[in-house]
Amino acid sequence: MTTADVLARARRGPRRRHAVVVATLLALVVGLGLVRALLGDYRVSLPDAVRILGGADLPGASFVLMESTLPRAVMAVLAGAAFGAAGGAFQVLLRNPLASPDVLGITLGASAGAVVATVPLGLRGTPVTLSALAGAVLAAALILSQAGGRGGATGRMVLVGVALAAGLSAVVHWVLVRASIHQAQDAMVWLSGSLNSVSWNEIARLLALDALLLPPLLVLARRLPVLGLGDDLAAGLGVRVGRVRVGVTVLVVALVASATAVVGPVAFVGFLCGPIARRLVPGRPAVGVAALVGAVVVLGADHLAAYGIPGTALPVGVVTGLLGAPVLLWMLGGRTTSGEGR
Amino acid sequence: MTMTRTTAAPSRLRADAVRLGYDGRVVVDGVTLAVPTARTTVVVGPNGCGKSTLLRGLGRLLRPRGGSVLLDGDEIGSLPTREVARRIGLLPQQPVVPEGVTVLELVERGRHPHSGLFRTWSRDDEEAVAAALERTELVDLAAVPVDSLSGGQRQRVWLAMALAQATPLLLLDEPTSFLDIAHQLDVLDLVRSLCDDAGTTVVMVLHDLAMAARYADHLVAMRDGRVVTEGSPAHVVTPAVIRDVFGVDATVLVDPDSGAPVIIPRRRTP
Repeated sequence: MTTADVLARARRGPRRRHAVVVATLLALVVGLGLVRALLGDYRVSLPDAVRILGGADLPGASFVLMESTLPRAVMAVLAGAAFGAAGGAFQVLLRNPLASPDVLGITLGASAGAVVATVPLGLRGTPVTLSALAGAVLAAALILSQAGGRGGATGRMVLVGVALAAGLSAVVHWVLVRASIHQAQDAMVWLSGSLNSVSWNEIARLLALDALLLPPLLVLARRLPVLGLGDDLAAGLGVRVGRVRVGVTVLVVALVASATAVVGPVAFVGFLCGPIARRLVPGRPAVGVAALVGAVVVLGADHLAAYGIPGTALPVGVVTGLLGAPVLLWMLGGRTTSGEGR
Repeated sequence: MTMTRTTAAPSRLRADAVRLGYDGRVVVDGVTLAVPTARTTVVVGPNGCGKSTLLRGLGRLLRPRGGSVLLDGDEIGSLPTREVARRIGLLPQQPVVPEGVTVLELVERGRHPHSGLFRTWSRDDEEAVAAALERTELVDLAAVPVDSLSGGQRQRVWLAMALAQATPLLLLDEPTSFLDIAHQLDVLDLVRSLCDDAGTTVVMVLHDLAMAARYADHLVAMRDGRVVTEGSPAHVVTPAVIRDVFGVDATVLVDPDSGAPVIIPRRRTP
């Protein structure tokens, strides 16, 4: 067997695996999306759904599908993909599985921004998104400012991020304590991450932002395999490490802030999707796969949250939070996930 | 195999009174060095003497605070990163092994400087990767995850990646650290053969003076951020230099096979 044959064979396995994983996840997104949209408390048949989408007005079914279940399904996909891609990319960028935006306080920055805009200032809609973005940007800027200097830059960024998260959650609590009961309850539902009241307007806004931010993130992610070898080696291979780091961070922050502003900080999604994706396709940064995993996780979790306990509709973030803990343990039980320190 | 090493090509990489450091600390203080082309240059010196820092400066990982580093006559900091990466391959001391990456995938990353943002894998890329794997005898391990390999095999993978980069200059920081003596010889023989067969210019940091004396064409001895002396191993490895640089009294013999100096350390200089 010649070298060329050996190399071709060595590539075949991972490539096939990647294709199968992507196809399966796409099928799951479509399948779970249909389940979420059609199989609620009020069931809509597939032919009816097609007729409704075609413009027919079926009493009851039209309202349930168009005003409740379908927007939730679509929003679950958009938000899940945003959280998944952002989390997966950030973990690979910082070479640390703990370094997802929700652990590092970027998501909390967005939450703090949104809560401050909502509760004391009484704002709604776009100003809340902007305020969430401002909070996330401030948090990320603080984390990124620790990237300079020699050696353990990524380690320092993670530590600062964790400290920041603690501080920001104090800000959120402080605002809530000063709020009226009614405001606080609204804010709490949003803070636990919820698809309860999504509108087509919000969907259009997040769709536009996803379409704007995800493609460049996927293109930049092609630099991540080289960056994963360490800053020095990456620079030696011609990667402008600082620029890639800033570029990925900007996109991650924007994605997290846009999704958080609409559905709240859905717990653990950013943190979970990267490790799951990298298990599914080992040896790759798998940002695209992480986005698909995010969509699947949020869709599935929202369905469980709505119908898992009869008569009780939970916010989706409660379910992802509950799922998060065992998955984290499962990750710890496997081989060590950090490549650093060896 | 004896090669006459008299007709030296002009140096492609040189440091001119370069000062390098981190934060407030100056680590390399005014080093001038012309790296001999198509030769193996080894930098030696005690821990903390600035040898790795000098290598980082030569590879553009550190911006000089004074003086300059010139690659083919151009200030290295003024060249595009990718352009430098096509001419200088660089292996830091402890690169990160990403989880689950196969040998082939890692070696393929060595082709990064030759590809664009929307790259297509070219025939050149394929040939360079195949040649690198053959040269390092890693073809049979191509599909194996790097994190499951032994230290010696891993070091060969990193070298294969640097070979796939196919640069005329190669900077290696302690390529034999943590390897047993057989694997040290393996790695150093491979590096030596790159220089002898392919005419690659190698600059290597080694802390083992005996290995350095054996594999170097050109030896640079550093202490406290400065070059104490440089030249052929026979010229540099003398009891006086060893005492001056390492603070050790030693006897120097001549290896009857290779003619390289052999060091027998006696005691720390009081």
